[in-house]
Amino acid sequence: MNPDTDVSRAEFCAIACAEVFRGDGEVMASAFGTAPALGARLAKLTFAPDLVLTDGEAALMVGAPALGTSASELILESHMPYRKVFDVVWSGRRNLIMMASQIDRTGNQNISAIGEWAKPKVQLIGVRGAPGNTVNHPTSYWVPNHSTRSFVEQVDVVSGVGYARAASAGPPASRFHEIRRVVSNLGVFDFETPEHTMRLRSVHPGVSVDEIVEATGFSLTIPDEVPETRLPTPEELSLLRDVLDPLGLRDREVKS
Amino acid sequence: MADKRLSLDELIGELRSGMTIGIGGWGSRRKPMAAVRAILRSDLTDLTVVSYGGPDIGLLCAAGKVRKAVFAFVTLDSIPTDPHFRAARQAGAVETMEVDEGMFYLGLLAASQRIPFLPTRAGLGSDVLTHNPSLRTITSPYDDGEELVAMPALPLDAAVIHVNRADAGGSGQILGPDPFFDELFLGAAQRRYVTTERLVPTEQFASEGAIQTMSISRLLTDGVVETPGGAHFTACVPDYSRDEAFQKAYASSAGDADSWAAFSRQYLELDEAGYQAARMEPVATHTGGAR
Repeated sequence: MNPDTDVSRAEFCAIACAEVFRGDGEVMASAFGTAPALGARLAKLTFAPDLVLTDGEAALMVGAPALGTSASELILESHMPYRKVFDVVWSGRRNLIMMASQIDRTGNQNISAIGEWAKPKVQLIGVRGAPGNTVNHPTSYWVPNHSTRSFVEQVDVVSGVGYARAASAGPPASRFHEIRRVVSNLGVFDFETPEHTMRLRSVHPGVSVDEIVEATGFSLTIPDEVPETRLPTPEELSLLRDVLDPLGLRDREVKS
Repeated sequence: MADKRLSLDELIGELRSGMTIGIGGWGSRRKPMAAVRAILRSDLTDLTVVSYGGPDIGLLCAAGKVRKAVFAFVTLDSIPTDPHFRAARQAGAVETMEVDEGMFYLGLLAASQRIPFLPTRAGLGSDVLTHNPSLRTITSPYDDGEELVAMPALPLDAAVIHVNRADAGGSGQILGPDPFFDELFLGAAQRRYVTTERLVPTEQFASEGAIQTMSISRLLTDGVVETPGGAHFTACVPDYSRDEAFQKAYASSAGDADSWAAFSRQYLELDEAGYQAARMEPVATHTGGAR
């Protein structure tokens, strides 16, 4: 808990993830991880009411049910099997927060393998849809364990495409490319610099800029004034705690 | 209507070492595991496996059946990665073609349509192109002139999928929420096999589910095998959900050679009937295993 505010670190992360969806209209919000799932739901219940959420299986669902709601209690509105997900991805009607095992200065993400690709030190899940997602619709990343192992100078396998890679692949790759945010357990980052390199956007209350610099394996752009990640409103806090996550799953993902 | 019923052994008899084999399902969901187990027991080897990967790839790698894996991911869903596949990759034991999951879909679609490639943005700028130097790009012949990835067709020598219901003629019914890409695996393949929870008379399909669930036509199938519990331990809803305890035991058997040997002895060195009997026993999770 932050002593001044009574808001937990996980709750700041959820708010930061919700902000990723601000301004979105009727697009499919996909969110991997607890804080992103909470963020998408919170945005839908407050400032982005037209968001369309998935049930995590093969459907679009009504409303923003609490995390952990059983499948039989969900109200479904449309069939969304994987084959149709690609129609949505390639049409651009999607805003996504996915996880990153590694992320680098220009926004490349890795979920494929650590070490040399031919014979990796650690095999991860695989590139999944990251290459296609990143060149088709806005993509953000959630990193619950910010360290020099996750924020690296250069990712080992470019799965999600960052700004420099998209630019060098030419207009077909950069046309719909946008890495909107990176949210970690320490702060919020974006690429709003002239060269689209990572910039510290806000620090979560209770975290110092030095702490973030220390935990980051490359040189971040740090503005003269770094704001704190905004506080949830009382309404948002009560939605998070009482409606969306009564089981407190958020505090298991990110410790205060 | 031709009778396409086969036994599991007859299905395996149609396969050859060195083949490229597509496996339906997705992650740890509706995988044709009875057929995978039968491949494990066979002397088939040197396979190229094309799959939205789950424990099918893990098991085949653990048994040394795989020369090359074509995949976008390998996951057990409730366990993020398959430790057997991880071990094979980290030992450098399998060749790989790792592509975006949408590129994978287009490769199957192109093969189904007998065209050499389909264009896509997916892959541009990523290491998918770096690590698959055989992938090419293509410039649009129209005024936009966009240079896109030309995802090559992924033709298969054989494909196996698992469905909830099928008839003797090889029509299949998928009662779960997602048909995945099973239809395209069959479409991309020379020899096409469906395993099913239950063989039913054709007229029973209508009482099982709406017309949209009857998604596998016999135009796409050469053989059908009844394998009750044939997707175990992966999910095959609504017939059964994933057997999480069993999956955990499978994952932990990657911990060391002894655990794998014990798991193999207990479950895999039996015929399918033996497996189905053994898996009904309470599962002992081998603890020292990697997760």
